[in-house]
Amino acid sequence: MQKITEDLARRRAAELMRAGEISCLLGWKKGEFDYDVEPTVFYTPEEVERELVCNVFSAANLSKYLISLTRKAEGRVGILLKPCDSFSFNQLLTEHRFDRERVYALGLPCEGTVDTFLLKERVGEGIYSIKIKDGALEVETLSGEVKEIPLSEVYAERCLVCKSRRPVAYDEMLGEVTPDADEDRFAQVEKLESMTAEERYAFWQGELSRCIRCNACRNVCPACSCERCVFDNPTSGVETKAPSEDSFEEKMFHIIRAFHVAGRCTDCGECSRVCPERIPLHLLNRKFIKDINSFYGDYTAGAEVGSRAPLVSYTKDDPEPGQGGQK
Amino acid sequence: MQMTDYKPKIVAFCCNWCSYAGADLAGNNRLSYPAEVKIIRVPCSCRVNPTFILRAFQRGADGVIICGCHPGDCHYTSGNYFARRRMALLFSMLDYLGIERERTRVEWVSAAEGAKFAATMNDFVSTVAALGENRRLEDLRCKK
Repeated sequence: MQKITEDLARRRAAELMRAGEISCLLGWKKGEFDYDVEPTVFYTPEEVERELVCNVFSAANLSKYLISLTRKAEGRVGILLKPCDSFSFNQLLTEHRFDRERVYALGLPCEGTVDTFLLKERVGEGIYSIKIKDGALEVETLSGEVKEIPLSEVYAERCLVCKSRRPVAYDEMLGEVTPDADEDRFAQVEKLESMTAEERYAFWQGELSRCIRCNACRNVCPACSCERCVFDNPTSGVETKAPSEDSFEEKMFHIIRAFHVAGRCTDCGECSRVCPERIPLHLLNRKFIKDINSFYGDYTAGAEVGSRAPLVSYTKDDPEPGQGGQK
Repeated sequence: MQMTDYKPKIVAFCCNWCSYAGADLAGNNRLSYPAEVKIIRVPCSCRVNPTFILRAFQRGADGVIICGCHPGDCHYTSGNYFARRRMALLFSMLDYLGIERERTRVEWVSAAEGAKFAATMNDFVSTVAALGENRRLEDLRCKK
């Protein structure tokens, strides 16, 4: 399945490039190891045919790169969009961040991506190479041992509770749409909500105090696409380096970061994927999504182009603050 | 810590058109409310950025209250409707992070409601005083 999609994507993208339909392609290629597949821009069809990777490790959401690439590149830009990325794509269009006419989107089917932290933990030692088989990964370790690991055990959490596998934006679809995941994506948020205030505080203190302020969560987020960020302002009062243990900085940073994308976050889960400290940052964003849904009616950012985000609109009978959605 | 000596620090963001005038009226009418309440005048309740609230807590406030015109009466037509949505989400988030919900409040006070302003402040200060000092949001570096 994966192999078929990859072959199809390589062939079709190279075809489009040769026909002059697209001048470059946003895709993924293998990094140093088989599991660190990284985003890249291809400029020649030969590169595409040789290096394009579309598999369970092609996790990065590429839509944000369109902002800079459509300004820089000539002609149309090709992009590969997983279903979850297509929501971010639409959200960026809603915010007029790039010109739809300049983009040719190839939709990809998706069955989930692998959490590489989880995979490394599961393997337990250095990974030399990985072969992707049907439903499993054949991992060769540095000591020469070969381990077979079922994909279902290493899928990223965000993929297990994925909001939708039906792409909402594409010019052409490569392959068949895969069935939706059936787990409740708010289960973890609800679990936290059911704890006492002390337990919640202890949980977040433990998680957020690990933050090293590398800004990866901000830089990767397709909703965080301001050219000048409040956190880059030296007089904003928010430290730019990792704070001391007893400080409030990291909480401040993460509350504001989540608040700035509230109502625009498509829950793609990139913030948690790139966090080197494995802080479940998406749980903050998902709390906002859950609250918005329960206070102001169901809303999915990026489901359609041009929808009005909940925080830039209002109704006269909104619930009062602090009453948990009661009017 | 002796509760008798403890006086909470309260920051009140009051909109220029309704609540600030309401506070003025409370003063004119000789209605007393605790001196621990420090009023910051803002053009509209909508001016209050969530960062202001977090910053106030970080710098040692024990409670933050936002006062604005009643919904429908905003001087700028719709500012308080936006503020209402923002604060509803922010307070819910603070609660999610384990920070007492009683430390934050939004109250609609018109220019004619001096008595309501005084009563609200008295009530809020006693609620926060009962909770004690804010330890979950403070930045210890600011206490030096």
